[in-house]
Amino acid sequence: MSVMTLAQALNGALDLALARDPAVVLLGEDIGRSGGVFRITDRLREKHGADRVFDTPVAESGIIGAALGMAIAGLKPVAEIQFLGFSYPAYDQIINHVARIRNRSAHRFTAPMVVRIPFGGGIGAAEHHSESTEAIYAHIPGVKVVIPSTPSDAKGLLLAAIDDPDPVLVLEPIRLYRAVKEEVDEGHYVVPIGPIRVERDGVDLTLISWGAMMKETRAAASLLEESGVSVEVIDVRTLSPLDRSGIVASVEKTGRAVIVHEAPLTGGFGGEIAGVLAEECLYSLKAPVRRVTGWDTVFPLKRSEGHYLPSTDRIVTTARQTLED
Amino acid sequence: MFSLVNPDGTVRDRLPVTLDEMKRLYADMVEARVYDHKSMVLQRQGRIATYAPFEGQEAAQIGAAAALRPGDWVAATYRDAALMWKAGYPWELMVLSRIGDERGGSPPEGVNVLPPSLTVGGHMIHAVGLAWAEKLKGGDRIALTSFGDGATSEGDFHEAMNFAAVYELPVVFLCQNNQFAISYPRSEQTKAASIAGKAESYGMAGVQVDGNDVAAMLTATTEAVGSAREGKPTLIEALTFRMGPHTSSDDPARYRDDEETESWRLKDPILRIRLLLEKAGGWTEEWQSEVESVAVGEIEASVARAEAVPQPTREELFSRMFARPTPPLLEQLRRSQK
Repeated sequence: MSVMTLAQALNGALDLALARDPAVVLLGEDIGRSGGVFRITDRLREKHGADRVFDTPVAESGIIGAALGMAIAGLKPVAEIQFLGFSYPAYDQIINHVARIRNRSAHRFTAPMVVRIPFGGGIGAAEHHSESTEAIYAHIPGVKVVIPSTPSDAKGLLLAAIDDPDPVLVLEPIRLYRAVKEEVDEGHYVVPIGPIRVERDGVDLTLISWGAMMKETRAAASLLEESGVSVEVIDVRTLSPLDRSGIVASVEKTGRAVIVHEAPLTGGFGGEIAGVLAEECLYSLKAPVRRVTGWDTVFPLKRSEGHYLPSTDRIVTTARQTLED
Repeated sequence: MFSLVNPDGTVRDRLPVTLDEMKRLYADMVEARVYDHKSMVLQRQGRIATYAPFEGQEAAQIGAAAALRPGDWVAATYRDAALMWKAGYPWELMVLSRIGDERGGSPPEGVNVLPPSLTVGGHMIHAVGLAWAEKLKGGDRIALTSFGDGATSEGDFHEAMNFAAVYELPVVFLCQNNQFAISYPRSEQTKAASIAGKAESYGMAGVQVDGNDVAAMLTATTEAVGSAREGKPTLIEALTFRMGPHTSSDDPARYRDDEETESWRLKDPILRIRLLLEKAGGWTEEWQSEVESVAVGEIEASVARAEAVPQPTREELFSRMFARPTPPLLEQLRRSQK
């Protein structure tokens, strides 16, 4: 075990995967010589060779389409798209081809590949660099979507994604890359794709979140606990396939749920979870399910980030309102 | 433009293809045309879904595919049934696909031909990835991708050409320039004098070929495949013409005149080889009937086998998404059965 940031854990996972399996290759913009704009692939090209870690031309559709071809022909490509806001030229490849080749060919051709994409705001970045459009990916049948919020999960989910026989999108919260540290197993292990992680047990209220907003969600839970509320905290960590029963079990116990995400409210993934709760445990609810989210605005530039991002205060206020209902 | 056999069946130069090979290619083109005509009939009878006919493009497709080895990769389009078949994809499965059954997308092991998608151009980059994998694995398989003149306007054409050249990948880009992208003429698709000429800007060889000349297509593609195995991709522009509509739902009278179509009928890819074989003493009425009867027999048997495939189960709808169905899919399957 050693203490690692989320970024270091991801780098360690890729290093291990390259060492373990000659079929694993990495491709993306600036991931080789420079180690990626967030240094997630730092020194991997030097260590594993320029025929395993490829710098590519600036062409997102090309990166994902080529990765799909590689995967069909027996490699296990791990592609990086530099920011989620730059992923949309590749959306056609993902929704029309990566997600469908198994179905289109009735299992004859498959896409064992991973797409890693840094996402989310809160670091004062330029336009397009702060997107949280995970819902448009979780909506696609045929791809899995995971979002780690801790170094251990980041490594274990990425290694599980690389082992998975189907395509997995790993969305990495930029704001947490270097903001969280913990003891991480240096060996190979996987965190199963699917199950939620109950991060804190409680009986009065369930806070449900994922990605970078886990930070504010944890802080809100601590504040609420100080005032005597027993809060259960769920890190969803896999949006697709969603662990419906895990979420339902928690809310059946607490009777109250607040969902927190950074993405805009309308069409956000919180609506899906609220839908699950309405279908599965309406009669256990003691209060309406509420959502604390970003607004239906474009993600703002640095000076307005505070106006946009869900704060610990907003989560606490909404939680208290839910507790009073 | 590279060509070997003139529309009247005379040979422009020395023919680097044997008479027996020419007879094989001729018979294959005849069989492909039987499939094409049969498919239009099946569509009109409501037995298959929308069909995209390739009549007129048999030489471009059969000639190109004849240059491949077993195991080579093919990423083609919805109009490339002849090419796919020549590369090993059974007619039966193509009919099954058109009947509306995903199992038609699953060619036998060893046949590395991807089932086509209906997006335009998105598959070209898959050939790049396939070729890239083969290069990294140290094998000598190549990938051929086929597309139309319309697809060259897609951004993916640029990305695929660029990647193939940059990484020196074993890819053959086959553009069947059939003059129209549904209704949009080649002259408006690009201001470039030729599509083949675009190759130069990627640092790649480009060659324009008479796409209605099966000998020229085989020869040019064989050369491109050889270069590809040495890491040099090529763009082949096959000049051809779609004699029929874009699909069974299209009316070409709205955008092109019969004169143009009739002028291409004189350049028919099958007719010219028949004339060539006649001149070379390789064609008889008897042989022609035999070729036709074999073709009709193959196609009729393929249609019968495809139509005899039982209905897919509801479970298959859910089980095809992943290697193992996820808990939400299993739950939805259970709900769908209530």
